[in-house]
Amino acid sequence: MGASVRRKEDKRFLVGKGQYTDDITLPNQSYAAFVRSHHAHARIVSIGKAAALAAPGVLAVLTGEDVAADQLGPLPCGWLVKSKDGSNMVEPPHPALAQGKVRHVGDPVAMVIAGTKAQAKEAAALVEVEYDPLPAVAQIADAIAPGAPLVHDEAKGNVCYDWHLGDAAATDAQFAKAAKVVSIEITNNRLVPNAMEPRSANGYYDSVNDQYTLYTTSQNPHVIRLLMGAFTLHVPDHKLRVIAPDVGGGFGSKIYHYAEELLTVWASRRVGRPVKWTADRNEAFMSDAHGRDHVTAAELALAANGKFLGLRVHTLANMGGYLSTFAPAIPTYLYGTLLSGPYVIPAIYCEVKAIFTHTVPIDAYRGAGRPEAAYVLERLVDKAARELGIDRVEIRRQNFIRPDQFPYQTPVALQYDTGDYHSTLELALKAIDYAGFEKRRAEAKARGKLRGIGVSTYIEACGIAPSAVVGSLGARAGLYEVGTVRVHPTGGVTVFTGTHSHGQGHETTFAQLVVEKLGVPLDQVEVVHGDTGRIPFGMGTYGSRSAAVGGTAIVKAIDKVIDKGKKIAAHLLEANVADVEFKDGKFQVVGTDRAKAFGEIAFAAYVPHNYPIETVEPGLEETAFYDPKNFTFPGGSHIVEVEVDPDTGVVQVVDVAIADDVGTIINPMIVDGQAHGGLAQGIGQALYEECLYDKDGQLLTASYMNYCMPRAADLPMFKVGNHATPCTHNPIGVKGVGEVGAIGVPPAVINAVLDALAPLGVTHIDMPATPEKVWRAIQTARH
Amino acid sequence: MSTITLKVNSETRAVDVEPRTLLVELLREHLRLTGTHVGCDTSQCGACVVMVNGKSIKSCTMLALEAEGADVTTIEGLAKDGLLHPVQAAFKENHGLQCGFCTPGMVMSSVDLLQRSPRPSEQEVRHWLEGNLCRCTGYHNIVKAVMAAGGGT
Repeated sequence: MGASVRRKEDKRFLVGKGQYTDDITLPNQSYAAFVRSHHAHARIVSIGKAAALAAPGVLAVLTGEDVAADQLGPLPCGWLVKSKDGSNMVEPPHPALAQGKVRHVGDPVAMVIAGTKAQAKEAAALVEVEYDPLPAVAQIADAIAPGAPLVHDEAKGNVCYDWHLGDAAATDAQFAKAAKVVSIEITNNRLVPNAMEPRSANGYYDSVNDQYTLYTTSQNPHVIRLLMGAFTLHVPDHKLRVIAPDVGGGFGSKIYHYAEELLTVWASRRVGRPVKWTADRNEAFMSDAHGRDHVTAAELALAANGKFLGLRVHTLANMGGYLSTFAPAIPTYLYGTLLSGPYVIPAIYCEVKAIFTHTVPIDAYRGAGRPEAAYVLERLVDKAARELGIDRVEIRRQNFIRPDQFPYQTPVALQYDTGDYHSTLELALKAIDYAGFEKRRAEAKARGKLRGIGVSTYIEACGIAPSAVVGSLGARAGLYEVGTVRVHPTGGVTVFTGTHSHGQGHETTFAQLVVEKLGVPLDQVEVVHGDTGRIPFGMGTYGSRSAAVGGTAIVKAIDKVIDKGKKIAAHLLEANVADVEFKDGKFQVVGTDRAKAFGEIAFAAYVPHNYPIETVEPGLEETAFYDPKNFTFPGGSHIVEVEVDPDTGVVQVVDVAIADDVGTIINPMIVDGQAHGGLAQGIGQALYEECLYDKDGQLLTASYMNYCMPRAADLPMFKVGNHATPCTHNPIGVKGVGEVGAIGVPPAVINAVLDALAPLGVTHIDMPATPEKVWRAIQTARH
Repeated sequence: MSTITLKVNSETRAVDVEPRTLLVELLREHLRLTGTHVGCDTSQCGACVVMVNGKSIKSCTMLALEAEGADVTTIEGLAKDGLLHPVQAAFKENHGLQCGFCTPGMVMSSVDLLQRSPRPSEQEVRHWLEGNLCRCTGYHNIVKAVMAAGGGT
């Protein structure tokens, strides 16, 4: 624990022996290609299969009619959000292949299966789909305009739900006594997650054993099995095995149950061969769930001295053309509940309308709701500081929840267990040399550059989630986690975890937990994940939950192993169980030198010749299901310095210093690495990335030629610091680190850009702050 | 179909390919060397970088037929006698990889950089790696790894 152990999983990736879904080719493999709508909204008049069916190597051409005939279920939504009036959200069906209508560019219309990938793609081009194009809406503003075309007839005004949280009257009362009200209208730009490994699925039906297998790029294979088994394919769980082997990044986009997963398995049953599909990048842009896309108006009420009194937030959130698996929860329970940030705000009221548009479905992307909340709050706080003439750091310090106020109940449902926002702020200020900034600004000015500094102090909620709490809020699943610890006869340990590692390094981090608790060497521990055939159950990896929930399940299972080991040791040592302690890898009778090594107990458990067989079963393997008591609350401070070229509008990030409280750290190297990746995505959102549709719903950014991904030369080295206040309700003390970078840094970047441009009179800019946007803001301010 | 002969990781191979077959398809699908990855369709991401005749190239952007007689090294051919190449070792030591998908391309590209410029500066490394996308690491530890492999810090 606490050591930067080099990763056990690295070697296979470094020598090219990782095994990603597309790397797996099964005997008699066939291949699928999809025909996807190039219209945002259209009626399907007819689908001509003949030419495709006649093409070389083609095994089948399947359409929505076949899906309906075989009674495949629509893709389910895992979260029911209710509107203010208590009514359920509008939940239109999401067919695996379009039924009569297409609702976004990329909506799958037909599936072609052939002997080779090239044959499948060639035949897909021969499928003749006749469309009757219909008017479409892609932007939120267009979708809510009176008389706008409807995405689903049942969703009047394209509204999925109209939700609220907080006390409106109490908030009004706070605003009534405010000395100052600061307001802001901002957008949170639509992003495409862009895991480097495109999605892939390889389905196989074994008719002899009536057994289904799916290899898929998933962050949560058990969830996929549950949804596929119960809702889409209608196959009992014990007949369905879902394997998520090495997965090349997810960032949320590989949580969801996608059509291609059930369709490859279904098609395999129909053609009698395994069916593999792998997205090309263009296809990924139009079929992976997107992230963010909010339009928000918010107001902060303050006393004359800068104390926060109340917050009002009104957000419109784009859902896309259908509800993705967790979509309704993101702009509600992962957003509205975070609006208190690290601050004391006596009253908060938040309204969120979710809107259907003719675009790719939107769901969780790294941070998921929490970056949107932090962005609203941190932009507002900076604006308030500027308008009240209070230092931006001072106004934050003044309003922070103090360490002595924990546990702290916010007005938006959450209760934070621990935090120390003052300390993380001081660390970050020191790391970036905040005091020396004006000198750097003057030096930059001499070079013709506008230098700015931006601060963001944020909170997030991880460790998702207490099942009863989320159940009461509409979650249709429990969110516990599962760990099995199998001690082998010779003392080696295999850990089976229901979380899934797709870059996070669980094979190392979880092994470190075992080393810490059981005292076995690291090379005696293997961690297995990603296979429903080997692991009892699990809810997977997202929302920075793996260490806090999955790690705790493993620790609980280890505790059971130790308890059983004590009973075996007590028998062998002829002592009372109560007198046996486990320490430094040995079971020892307290106060004596009588002891049994861990390996001796493991051996005895499997060769029970001298054994308490009447009361203790042989074997040494334990499973724990752990349901967390609360969320965890990482937080911290992110500070960014930028330089703007006033002639071109180019923004360069020149320094980034962050200090996070992610709770107890198991492996600092891995934790820092998680922060780095989040920062790059957060800076990407702030400066480079934006998924754009034109007015007719045509996707304009569908490749790396026009969706701007951050590259090595765009980013500086990151200064990453930590200050831990351990989580109080899990035995490890961990909070979670996967999303901190993406949550904290976007407002810091924009606040820095606005700080740089302030001398010119620029007061607002939306993400991404591209050179064009910055240049235009400068020109507008100058004229 | 034409048969081409080339050397892949020091072994001579004869492969039947179509005129349209890409080098990356030859490697992944014909030779089952799946360490070389495909992450985009537009020569942007660099997950497919291999060495052809000692120079790094994007194997998604070269026809297999163009590799007739060539000497190709993929990520699978980089470690020798069970020992990681210094660039591979530096990536491990510096946590220069997370999900591992961009890693083969990053490593192969970095090997080429270091043979052209044995002790590159941070800016040189960042500029060189512009053709390789990574979504996990923020490039921080990749840049550190490449500099460490070059004997810098």
